[in-house]
Amino acid sequence: MKILYFAWVRQKIGVSEEELRPPESVTTVAGLIEFLKSRGPNYAAAFENLKALRVAVNQHHSAFDARVGPDDEIAFFPPVTGG
Amino acid sequence: MSEIRIQHEYFDSGAEIAALNGAPGAIGAIATFTGLVRGDDGLIAMTLDHYPGMCEREIAAHAAEARKRWPIIALRIVHRVGRLVPGENIVFVGVASLHRQAAFEAAEFLMDYLKTRAPFWKREERPSREDWVEARAVDEDSVKRWH
Repeated sequence: MKILYFAWVRQKIGVSEEELRPPESVTTVAGLIEFLKSRGPNYAAAFENLKALRVAVNQHHSAFDARVGPDDEIAFFPPVTGG
Repeated sequence: MSEIRIQHEYFDSGAEIAALNGAPGAIGAIATFTGLVRGDDGLIAMTLDHYPGMCEREIAAHAAEARKRWPIIALRIVHRVGRLVPGENIVFVGVASLHRQAAFEAAEFLMDYLKTRAPFWKREERPSREDWVEARAVDEDSVKRWH
């Protein structure tokens, strides 16, 4: 599973992207977040307030209950501020 | 014709407008918006981060949606990324149509979606600190009128 982080999420975690193999029990974005939070205090800090976070699954804006699988690209980021 | 570009380099709004009028005589109205970096509160620079791939996909999807809603002859969207200083341009949206109403409305629609859906993030640099810009509720309200 390819996981990307942008803006302050990337700064808190300390990497811009990584390839991970979460346990098979991880089937949703919410499950993936719980798995990531267990990886260290930097992850726990980044995922502390989910209201401040947005997620994209395979480059489409998604909800936290969206399903995810091993071949998916998941991105976490704050609300966008372009334009 | 639709052209969508994400680039580090400066763009020339005049050249973009000229390119929109690629079919002289067929176009009755060109509406454009150019966004610039303001030097508020001692801002030194603004750095734009983006999600390559998803940005292009989101903008193309909203350009296609705009084409369904209005009779658009040509549209061009340019968005810069990287470090920009006050006075530099950030974004250009231009729409060419037969009449002004379609051109104005489609340009506003595209800007509202760019601000609330395209994955770009701004970081502001000031003498004593750097901050990520927070999303504004007013931008989210603006996009709701198109639902």
